Amino acid sequence: MTPVNRTQIIPIGPYHPLQEEPEFFKLHVEGEKVVKLEIEIGYNHRGIEKLAEGLTYDQVPFLVERVCGICSTSHPFACVNAIEDVGGFDIPERAKYIRTFIGELERIHSHLLWLGLAGHFLGYNTVWMWAWKYREPVLDCFELITGNRNHYAMFKPGGVRRDIEDEDIPTAMRILDGLERPLLMFAKIAMADPVLQARLKNVGVLSYQDCVELGALGPTSRASGVPWDVRKDHPYAAYDKVEWDVVTTENGDVFDKVIVRVLEMLESVKICKQCLEKLREVKDGIDANYKEIPPGEGIGHHEAPRGEVFHYVRSDGSNRPVRYKIRAPSFMNVPTNNRAVVGYTVSDATITLAAIDPCYCCTERTIVVDVDTGKQLMGWKELLRLSQEKTRKLMEKYKSRMDRVWI
Amino acid sequence: MADEVVEGLKTKFGDAIKDVYEKSRRRTYITVDAARLPDIAEYCYKDLGCRFQICTGMHLEHGFEILYHFAMDRADRIINLRVILDLEKPSIESIARRVPAAEWIEREMWELLGIEFRNHPDMRHLLLTDDWLEGNYPLRRDWKDWRGGEHDTSE
Repeated sequence: MTPVNRTQIIPIGPYHPLQEEPEFFKLHVEGEKVVKLEIEIGYNHRGIEKLAEGLTYDQVPFLVERVCGICSTSHPFACVNAIEDVGGFDIPERAKYIRTFIGELERIHSHLLWLGLAGHFLGYNTVWMWAWKYREPVLDCFELITGNRNHYAMFKPGGVRRDIEDEDIPTAMRILDGLERPLLMFAKIAMADPVLQARLKNVGVLSYQDCVELGALGPTSRASGVPWDVRKDHPYAAYDKVEWDVVTTENGDVFDKVIVRVLEMLESVKICKQCLEKLREVKDGIDANYKEIPPGEGIGHHEAPRGEVFHYVRSDGSNRPVRYKIRAPSFMNVPTNNRAVVGYTVSDATITLAAIDPCYCCTERTIVVDVDTGKQLMGWKELLRLSQEKTRKLMEKYKSRMDRVWI
Repeated sequence: MADEVVEGLKTKFGDAIKDVYEKSRRRTYITVDAARLPDIAEYCYKDLGCRFQICTGMHLEHGFEILYHFAMDRADRIINLRVILDLEKPSIESIARRVPAAEWIEREMWELLGIEFRNHPDMRHLLLTDDWLEGNYPLRRDWKDWRGGEHDTSE
């Protein structure tokens, strides 16, 4: 008798409207347990590196801003760092503070977006709505300063394109002040809520060694105790001129990834406020007006909300790059799912896959297919329902303790 | 000071270190012998404790170049190992078994630039479709789209 293959495949992807980039995960499951994961990417390969070779240095920041819709300032940030590194250029101090401010404000909005999605995946739709409600003033602040809620187009080689007016500073300060209380509330709730603890603790654990081997970046590695943070290790812009701390935790599970992100937002608020204070005093222009990029090569990086963004540019002295290389943090973080998802249950897979905050794209049409018959058993909706149901059951179990947390 | 690293590499690998260019305190470019690259990369990763950032592959007039970027996070420095490969048949030993983080980028450079990585654990398409026409490498300078249609990237 031939052995029966009990493994079934759950395809997640390639497209999902909640996330911005398509990826395709094949979960091999035995019963409830995930035994293997296959990752396929490339659904959204747009050839941006090739396109960059045909554009001038002034145009490249606009092109790379389109790499990602959520952390849309991270790529231009790394890009201008790289171009300035070719010639060893320095930029005015005021431009540095403006860059830092925009970079950190973006971290807040990106983490809040993730927090909302994570809440939704778990069946905490209140968290989803609240997180996105508090994200709204951040976007208003962007609109006030840059004219856009997203895709700010603030960066250019040699400086920034728009100044922050003195009369806008009090409004921005008020928005930042207003964020502190909700962020502390999120941190408090996450720490105290027994259901969140039951759902997220010891789930999708990534060890220190895994992170080092796979080169995991950003909150994904910092939750496992790896203190890599480009802002601290390779200071650029004004990150060495303001007071802030790198947040790390030890356990490497999904719960710690939530905590790292929430605490990081508080650090970002701190940085933003210091930058605004400095902008009242430092007034040495916003643009160094470099005209020529000399031959040579340059490397620029920026700690995006998801981890280090890496750009390399090679110049031959003309006005266009010879080679432009982009490495987004998800390129290093997505392979860590191979270790974080395997061994846990299917209902934990949604949140674990989402925990690296990937530019990941699960899907509307996630389906569970019986491998033998090819019959569809389960869709993304069911998978989401499975995850939310697990939370609901836990909520009933912990009802008495829950009442004390959520008044 | 910083040159302990360069000196260490020179003592350990001797002739395999062909050229050292200190662009600035934070960026060092080292041209190395392609045959010894896996050993040198492993040394950077394991002994120096560098973080593997990524590789950049390039198709240039004088050959294919690969830059292996390693970050020394505590020293605020990036070490770039440069190898230059043959224009006709670019081929190099894979480092993915020794530096696991390099697995994906080697797959990417193989399919986009046509550089062969010998002994890669899992060589298949990463970004392009599985039915991509063999021998077509989009990041090469002389690439013509085999699917027809116009793809002008100049403007």
